[in-house]
Amino acid sequence: MSALQTFFEMGGYALYVWGSFGVTAVLMIAEPLMLRGRRKAALKRVARVARMSAAEVKQ
Amino acid sequence: MSSRLINWFKFSSPATFYPLTGRLQPWFTWSAVLLIAVGLYLSFFVAPTDYKQGEGYRIIFVHVPAAWMSMFIYMVMAFWSALGLVFNTRLSAMMTQALAPTGAMFTFVALWTGAFWGKPMWGTWWVWDARLTSELILLFLYIGYIALTSAIEDTRRADRAGAILVLVGVVNIPIIYYSVEWWNTLHQGSTINFRKESSMTTVMLYAMLIMALGFWAYTFATAFSRVRSIILERERNSSWAQQLVNEGRA
Repeated sequence: MSALQTFFEMGGYALYVWGSFGVTAVLMIAEPLMLRGRRKAALKRVARVARMSAAEVKQ
Repeated sequence: MSSRLINWFKFSSPATFYPLTGRLQPWFTWSAVLLIAVGLYLSFFVAPTDYKQGEGYRIIFVHVPAAWMSMFIYMVMAFWSALGLVFNTRLSAMMTQALAPTGAMFTFVALWTGAFWGKPMWGTWWVWDARLTSELILLFLYIGYIALTSAIEDTRRADRAGAILVLVGVVNIPIIYYSVEWWNTLHQGSTINFRKESSMTTVMLYAMLIMALGFWAYTFATAFSRVRSIILERERNSSWAQQLVNEGRA
């Protein structure tokens, strides 16, 4: 059995160890990605409000 | 005399807090990446196999830091809530809101990894014992706070109601912390104890502390990122926010 295989087997605890670390990793990668989306949306919204108020001033 | 004191209220203005967090955020992001990378390396390649739990014990390196963060973030939210209620600063509620989703995420991770640790070691995914139940209540507090503040239309009222909810729920934190001492539970006692020698080898302890520091930096980075979006959303009508966005400096 290769060293890599031994590593992934985690002494028979593979499901539990990788189930824990895997879900934690997914969540801790997903959250910053969601935050990036939220930031883009917020920037767009401010820009839109700014355009609208600038147009109002001109009228 | 007074000129030597820092005027903390200056930072309670979103217009000054926004650029400050913008400068700090990359530092916390890169610290988090670095610390978690080192922490994972120590967790899997340096820390020895446990003599009782074999390789299964390695779950501790995410479980304990996540559980610490779940309680710590709630305490910080309580601090901001109290500050907001006393001084009526708008930023306090924004910080509380920025922390809540990350706190909920770590609480979920603590419960999830706890279940995945409990199954092979105790033979069950879940028991209704004091530690697990009080941690589940913490998750409900986070979700309750998020639901309550997003359900109330008026921002000021939402902020106040949220702050009161957070402060009422704070009684749960010492209950979680001391639950393993006050009740007979299936959950083991604290791994790090200041009154007696730690029950871990030094390298295991360091791996856990470095992971905890990484999670701590991650929390700062995400909370700062989220508070910046919240500030933009709320201050969209103010000229300073519009100016920053239009000039590409936001």
